[in-house]
Amino acid sequence: MKKNNLFLTALFVLTAGLALLSCDKNQFTQGKILYTNFCERCHMEDGTGLRGIIPPLAGADFLETHKTELPCIIRYGIKGDIVVNGKTYQTEMPGEPKLTEFEITNIINYINTSWGNDLELARHTDVRAILKACEAARKEQ
Amino acid sequence: MLIPFFVWGCQDTAPKDLPILGERDVVNGDTVYHAIPDFAFIDQDSQLVTNETFAGKAYVADFFFVHCPTICPKTSAQMLRIYEHFQNDDRLMLVAHTVDPKRDTVAALKKYSDGLGVSSSKWRFLTGEKDSLYEIADDYFSIAMEDSEAPGGFDHSGRLILVDKNRHIRSFCNGTDPADVDRFIKDIENLLNEEK
Repeated sequence: MKKNNLFLTALFVLTAGLALLSCDKNQFTQGKILYTNFCERCHMEDGTGLRGIIPPLAGADFLETHKTELPCIIRYGIKGDIVVNGKTYQTEMPGEPKLTEFEITNIINYINTSWGNDLELARHTDVRAILKACEAARKEQ
Repeated sequence: MLIPFFVWGCQDTAPKDLPILGERDVVNGDTVYHAIPDFAFIDQDSQLVTNETFAGKAYVADFFFVHCPTICPKTSAQMLRIYEHFQNDDRLMLVAHTVDPKRDTVAALKKYSDGLGVSSSKWRFLTGEKDSLYEIADDYFSIAMEDSEAPGGFDHSGRLILVDKNRHIRSFCNGTDPADVDRFIKDIENLLNEEK
């Protein structure tokens, strides 16, 4: 009995410790790695972008206002003027067509929860549906 | 006789004179240091820019292109840090050369410079003949070729080069590494103090 209690206590301490550790860190580890490899060189490690040339992701209203377009922008890129936090940006963004639905979901969720961003998480099923729809639309064009 | 000369360390100690980098030539007993040759390019305001534009001043040079999908935005962000650090110091200028003059017209460079919100008298964005741009790049980077860490020992992409008022190269750094740029900014300060 005593041994059992000791075991339970140890388990509790370990779990609490792990929970505390993970509090501090962004849970989207894959999203972070992919962000570093595909997005960071332009949007920067801290999501601030580059002045009037590359829009920020940190604190960007665009993430909320264009929520349903994000998966397609990541996969296929974007051309033409876009407005972020009231400022117009004209730089073309290349897409990353090889990223999977899961990877795109993880990137969005990493962005949505980093640098003070506290946005609703994207769900894989939604991202898949959005990607299917824009893929179909692109084929029709 | 050419004596290959390469001095560059991570010294981060008390201010002292920066070395003159590059190959040295000894002519009649006098040491002749590597110097940036004559050049003539056009900037974002369609102004002719030559060595005379930087008379009596030090400048930081780099190479980039507007449609660069890799490291240029990071390098520009670090150039921007240097710009802001020395914004009110007329002794230093910045010079970004395009390596893609076909697409980076005066108008494209103007748009980029305006996007960064920088003064064109302080930070020149240069375009010109492709061959001339590549030749001058070779000259700026000649001091950076012996980089043992770079693949093939010849990766100079993203380098920022510090040139003094006598056209000598005095320091360089990796423009994608903020910590290395911190060290570089100290080198610039030391150079400006030395040139007082």
